[in-house]
Amino acid sequence: MLEMKHISKIYNAGTVTQMCLFDDFNLTVGDGEFVSVVGSNGSGKTSMLNIICGSIPVDKGQVLINGESIDRMKEFERYRRMGRVYQNPALGTCPNMTILENMSLADHKGKRFGLSSGVNKARAGYYKEQLASLGLGLEDKMNVKLGALSGGQRQAVSLVMATLTPLDFLILDEHTAALDPHTAEIIMQLTDKVVKEKKLTAIMVTHNLRYAVEYGNRLIMMDKGHIVMDKSGVEKANMVTDDILHVFNQISIECGN
Amino acid sequence: MLDLIISTVTQGFIYALLSFGIYITYKILDFPDLTVDGSFPLGAAITAFLLVRGVNPYLTLPVALAVGALAGLVTGVIHVCFKVRDLLAGIITMTALFSINLQIAGSNLAVGRDIDTIFTAKPVMTLFGSFTLLQRKLIVAFLLVVVFKVLLDLYFKTKNGLLLRAVGDNDVLVTSLAKDKGKVKILGLVIANALVALSGCIVCHEQRSFSATMGTGQMVFGLATVIIGTTIFKKEGFVKGTTAVIVGSVLYKICIQIAISLGLPANLLKLVTAVLFLVILVVGNRQKGGAKKNA
Repeated sequence: MLEMKHISKIYNAGTVTQMCLFDDFNLTVGDGEFVSVVGSNGSGKTSMLNIICGSIPVDKGQVLINGESIDRMKEFERYRRMGRVYQNPALGTCPNMTILENMSLADHKGKRFGLSSGVNKARAGYYKEQLASLGLGLEDKMNVKLGALSGGQRQAVSLVMATLTPLDFLILDEHTAALDPHTAEIIMQLTDKVVKEKKLTAIMVTHNLRYAVEYGNRLIMMDKGHIVMDKSGVEKANMVTDDILHVFNQISIECGN
Repeated sequence: MLDLIISTVTQGFIYALLSFGIYITYKILDFPDLTVDGSFPLGAAITAFLLVRGVNPYLTLPVALAVGALAGLVTGVIHVCFKVRDLLAGIITMTALFSINLQIAGSNLAVGRDIDTIFTAKPVMTLFGSFTLLQRKLIVAFLLVVVFKVLLDLYFKTKNGLLLRAVGDNDVLVTSLAKDKGKVKILGLVIANALVALSGCIVCHEQRSFSATMGTGQMVFGLATVIIGTTIFKKEGFVKGTTAVIVGSVLYKICIQIAISLGLPANLLKLVTAVLFLVILVVGNRQKGGAKKNA
């Protein structure tokens, strides 16, 4: 379970460009929830993810995972039990290393990187199995460098790598935004499959309202650092894209977009 | 003529150790490390200092590795902990080392003919005593370079080596792996500068002297050898980076030797090095078909 309690975040405090993004922001995500987050640019979606991951500090408030505060943990320490897939497919993998080497790195996440052999041949079968479930034929390209793959293939590998080890939490940061519509659809379906199979708790930020409605079991809309819509359960299941599009447009009109 | 070829190739092997260091910082970590211009003479200074005091010549090798590692550690800490830009962090350490080298060995320190070096002391003499000094230098330099090449190749295949390669390739991923990318970078700088200082140490054995200015331009030399080597073998996927670097180093020394043989004044050597480096960079970029990034 992830809790964000009374979060305050002010950018450029004390200057003329001071901007208060979060003022007493609260969010609780229960185990097994797959939350899609929508909202216009500047509504605080990505800042929220960055606060969870520790990429940006908060001015006030607490972030707790399973009841324990992670505020004092450094960014890299927080990733021990967290996975993240980025918008940019290049960020989730090492382009100059082979699929096998990348998978080996991911498989060893959080452990000590000592002087034992970097690639464990005995695990190659397991990696292939994981890649085969993507249905992209990547299991036959174990010795191909990631840089030689397309954006969609890289993002698929990023997804597998991010979820290879047990996680408390998966963060999807607009992870289909840089892909063409067809590939985005495939990655989205794969994401749904992985989340369900591994019973992950996940937060997905997206600009695609249809994905937000179709996938996940909870939907949040953010605006100016506040949650303006929060639907889950049956209510979420019965939603159609037009419902949120309507609210979304209203917010955007107020903003002058 | 044969002697000249042997001594040039020997030089290539000795300096290949320096190139290994630059291969790690520049090619793997993507870190332009100017510490090299200070850690190279540091290795030579400490070696000259120890040799004239009668220390066993072979003991200078681990000592040079250790002091070089320390220099790399300083640059790493300045960069990672104090958040100083990579280039500046290296320059700071390099500048500080200049004074430290002067403190250790003065502006010049010659190692007398009566003092044994790694090329003339016991185990080497018993094994290769039948060869001339020039040939022995070649053999010892070759053995050292092969040993460190194999060690590095093995290291790059370990989990730790994999992580080192990952940090230069995509440091965001290293953070995602719940690893401190700063520590990995520091480790890379430590290994690299240890090798650079070792190279300086062997150069000191070979020429029996230390001079405070011997570090000038070594970073550029190293970069040039790494780029020559990796450009030549770019299409040959099976040639390891370390092998490519050795070839680059030997080729470079041969080019310089040819230039000198054709009557190039020694004073112009650094100018030629700089121009040659520029040419290599430009040609290398052309081959890439529009450089990904400026070197």
